Amino acid sequence: MAEKVLMKGNEAIAEAAILAGCRHYFGYPITPQTEIAAYMAKKMPKIGGCFLQAESEVAAINMVYGVAGTGKRVMTSSSSPGISLKAEGLSYMAGSDLPCLVVNVQRGGPGLGGIQPSQSDYFQATKGGGHGDYRMIVLAPSSVQEMASLTVKGFDLADKYRMTSMILADGTLGQMMEPVSLEEAVVENYDKSWAVTGTEMKRKKNLINSLSLDPEELERLNFARYEKYKLIEETEAMYEEYMMDDAEICICAFGITARIAKNAIAMARAKGIKAGLIRPITLWPFPTKVFEAAADKVKAFVCVEMSMGQMIEDVKLATKCKKPVSLCNRVGGMIPSPEQVLEKIIEASEGGNE
Amino acid sequence: MKRLTLFAGHYGSGKTNIAVNYAMMLKRQGYDVIIADLDIVNPYFRTKDSERELNEMGIELISSRFANSNLDIPSLPQEMYRTVQDKSKYAVMDIGGDDAGAVALGRFAPFIKEENNYDMVFVVNFYRPLSRTAEEALEIMREIEAASKLKFTSIINNSNLGELTAAQDVLATVAEAERLSALSGLPIKMTSVKQSLFNELNDKTNSLFCLALQNKIF
Repeated sequence: MAEKVLMKGNEAIAEAAILAGCRHYFGYPITPQTEIAAYMAKKMPKIGGCFLQAESEVAAINMVYGVAGTGKRVMTSSSSPGISLKAEGLSYMAGSDLPCLVVNVQRGGPGLGGIQPSQSDYFQATKGGGHGDYRMIVLAPSSVQEMASLTVKGFDLADKYRMTSMILADGTLGQMMEPVSLEEAVVENYDKSWAVTGTEMKRKKNLINSLSLDPEELERLNFARYEKYKLIEETEAMYEEYMMDDAEICICAFGITARIAKNAIAMARAKGIKAGLIRPITLWPFPTKVFEAAADKVKAFVCVEMSMGQMIEDVKLATKCKKPVSLCNRVGGMIPSPEQVLEKIIEASEGGNE
Repeated sequence: MKRLTLFAGHYGSGKTNIAVNYAMMLKRQGYDVIIADLDIVNPYFRTKDSERELNEMGIELISSRFANSNLDIPSLPQEMYRTVQDKSKYAVMDIGGDDAGAVALGRFAPFIKEENNYDMVFVVNFYRPLSRTAEEALEIMREIEAASKLKFTSIINNSNLGELTAAQDVLATVAEAERLSALSGLPIKMTSVKQSLFNELNDKTNSLFCLALQNKIF
């Protein structure tokens, strides 16, 4: 085991990216993720990497697009309003089948919103955000250690499937400090024969492009991409089950709210209510099967979200509405308390909130 | 006992927590003390988080009117001048992280130098990733001195791994803190630990300072 250090979630992402072989970071500062850029600014010059503060988010994502085309590991990070600005670039990269890592340390919205934590970019991350038919792999860490481990995982999945991986964190996870142990990541050799690295007149040239002049060709590309997405849905879904063996009430929460839910579960169990948690770690692909199975066992579901209820739609789809699903939420930068979650668990166990 | 105590260091080293606990200790010892939050860098983890406890103890807090709001604005209120002008009170000043945060202190440096009744304490946590060694910590120390136009006078070793810190984790950093003391020529004012480790470490460590931590819900 590597030695432990006390890190902010944002720093853990930055250091893990470096350990995963990322040597190119392009970004534009925005609270609450600025420590990622600050860490990269300090570290990249010392290890022969490139840190560049672009003139805007739009510029930064297009620099990512450029480096991604060469097959090098590359990343950017931002917070909610900045990710909206990057949406065009995300769509272009999806259309060009390029791997990269994008970090969203969410804050309250919509609009300029506020700087306090939020989970209200779930739709944007999992359903699109940019134009066209595309998906991103969306990873939702719940601790500073996971901020690091999912960053490494994100780079691997991006390379494996030639697509964007997004870390969907929030201001709390970005700012909080916890001990982490970091190790040099083992980077597999992924096929990068598509990269534009110079032909040296020895091979056919590669082309990075999201434009198709022939509609039939564009349709073929879309169908092929969705075959790949189907494979990812079948094989890459990740989740944590917590005290689900005998659970009658199933909490559904990701990221920071899952930690609050665990405290609420302890309180509920002290009162004799059997509560448990399913925590999606991949938000796309959504771990549909585990929710579908839980729907046959539990009495009700309670979604705990720092949004007006976004993941709850996927929970309802996955459980095919077999059991009532209720929402426990705070928004605008506010965080639900364990007591508030407990109240919803009690309501759900009494069957009062269908 | 100097009239002004300034806490500065790398961001995330524990300055705010120490400043709040230190002000409370002074108050309990009978000093009339105010605490000032000069952090213009990080909009989170502010002295203002402890506003209620400070108020209950009769410790006046001077902080940005935008602290803990949704506005990320690097501003300080005019009342901040009272820390250097009202010499009838003791003041604890919580400086923002790194050289960027210490810039705000530069505005008050001429007054502080003129009065020359201050202790400027470098807070270090050797478990933070960019201050793992005495040399790295010294680099941060020099950057802060350049930005704040003031020289440090002592060091607090606040090495910890958060709530999971064990006594051994603290003891393992003593030698590094002594190296920093030798390199910088500054005395180690205190070693600070969370409450639960105090008894275990009290006979093994000089000038141990006990920290009450804020409660978390996650």
